[in-house]
Amino acid sequence: MIKLESLSKHFGTTVVLDGIDLTIDKGEIVVIIGPSGTGKSTLLRCINFLEQPTAGTMTVGDLTVDVKKASRAEILSMRRRTAFVFQNYALFANKTALQNIAERLLVVDKWPKEKAYRRAREILDQIGLGEKADAYPASMSGGQQQRVGIGRAMAAGAEVILFDEPTSSLDPEWVEEVLGLMKQLASERQTMMVVTHEMSFARDVADRVIFIDGGRIVEQGPPSEIFYNPQDPRTKDFLKKILATNPV
Amino acid sequence: MDVLNVEYMLGLVPVLLRYLPLTLQLAGIGMVFALILACLFAVIRVLRIPVLNQLTIVFISFFRGTPLLVQLFLFYYGLPQLASALTVIDGITATIMGLTMHFSAYMAESIRAAIVGVDRSQTEAALSIGMTNGQMMRRIVLPQATRVALPTLMNYFIDMIKATSLAFTLGVTELMGATQKEAAGSFLYFEAFIVAAIMYWIVVELLSKLQNHLEIRLNRAYSR
Repeated sequence: MIKLESLSKHFGTTVVLDGIDLTIDKGEIVVIIGPSGTGKSTLLRCINFLEQPTAGTMTVGDLTVDVKKASRAEILSMRRRTAFVFQNYALFANKTALQNIAERLLVVDKWPKEKAYRRAREILDQIGLGEKADAYPASMSGGQQQRVGIGRAMAAGAEVILFDEPTSSLDPEWVEEVLGLMKQLASERQTMMVVTHEMSFARDVADRVIFIDGGRIVEQGPPSEIFYNPQDPRTKDFLKKILATNPV
Repeated sequence: MDVLNVEYMLGLVPVLLRYLPLTLQLAGIGMVFALILACLFAVIRVLRIPVLNQLTIVFISFFRGTPLLVQLFLFYYGLPQLASALTVIDGITATIMGLTMHFSAYMAESIRAAIVGVDRSQTEAALSIGMTNGQMMRRIVLPQATRVALPTLMNYFIDMIKATSLAFTLGVTELMGATQKEAAGSFLYFEAFIVAAIMYWIVVELLSKLQNHLEIRLNRAYSR
């Protein structure tokens, strides 16, 4: 379970997140939508402590931290409970696909080599890249790289996987294979928070859609409500614009 | 007319070869210490560790801003004057100290640039899976920075091998010092220094070959 209470993030005098309250159940698939620059990515980055939130409390699993007083150990622990999938994949360029996935198990979880690589191979097979075990990121397609990026997040055994626009950098031909893998994860009830502009993914896969604007949650609910019966004018406006170019 | 005394030159080769190991040792030991120091400085600079960062900046500025020969004289002749305990510093030690500090100052900057050049998203990815800063540096950043910095570091190493010749001014009989002595005995300066020059040249060429080999190895992960 993830619980955010009055989570806020300021960059200087700019308020990017303005008191977010949010509870996400285990196994829930949450898709976050909203105009660009409204704090969607920052929200995910705060949960993973890639950004230090300015105020609020955060609970992931059985660990609750007051973000202002978070110690180094608490930050590390939070990061280990949350996995992140980056827009630009961010694979380790000096490591093979297999090593990218095994890295966390070896270094962070201190698994013995054999066990870590066995697990990494299982994940590679799951993401359909078993034959790419020894390939380096530079030699893989964008779609393959992002699938490894997701594989790396899966290895963490994290409470939640945070997807930050996972298909936005991909050539159109690779988008489906990445969304397919995400659907597969969703069907296994892996808790996920996804920031995306793929509205059909939101409609088909999400348990809940959250619309964020100006650093606040404006509206949230099941996709059927948000997409077909939005209440707030800002939600209506956003959906009208995005559905014109990205129909569901 | 006697153009070149080839016989003398050939005879000189085994004599001078005996001093080559000392030259290589000075450069080798200097390089190891310089690398360690340079990595330390680079990390201090990148992480902007307070106090140490400022001290490092001054250190780098001084050792880049003054001639190596001046530094060597400072260590060899200057330090013992400060404290009598420091008279134990002999020519070889002073040379290694000078080479280490002088070249670490240069190398720190190229290592720092290589570290900063590693894609920021990869360092974020390393942190996101829960690595500590140290783990991130060791496993992700430094291996990639090494590849970027390698050509420059090899150039500094080559420079350092040649710079060991300054040790003869501190009375160290390495390749240059030995050549100087031989030449002074025979008055065949041209022959003697040509032999020494060719020896330095061969060593440097061998290192360039090694450099190419290493670069190919390190680039393996990045070819499509």
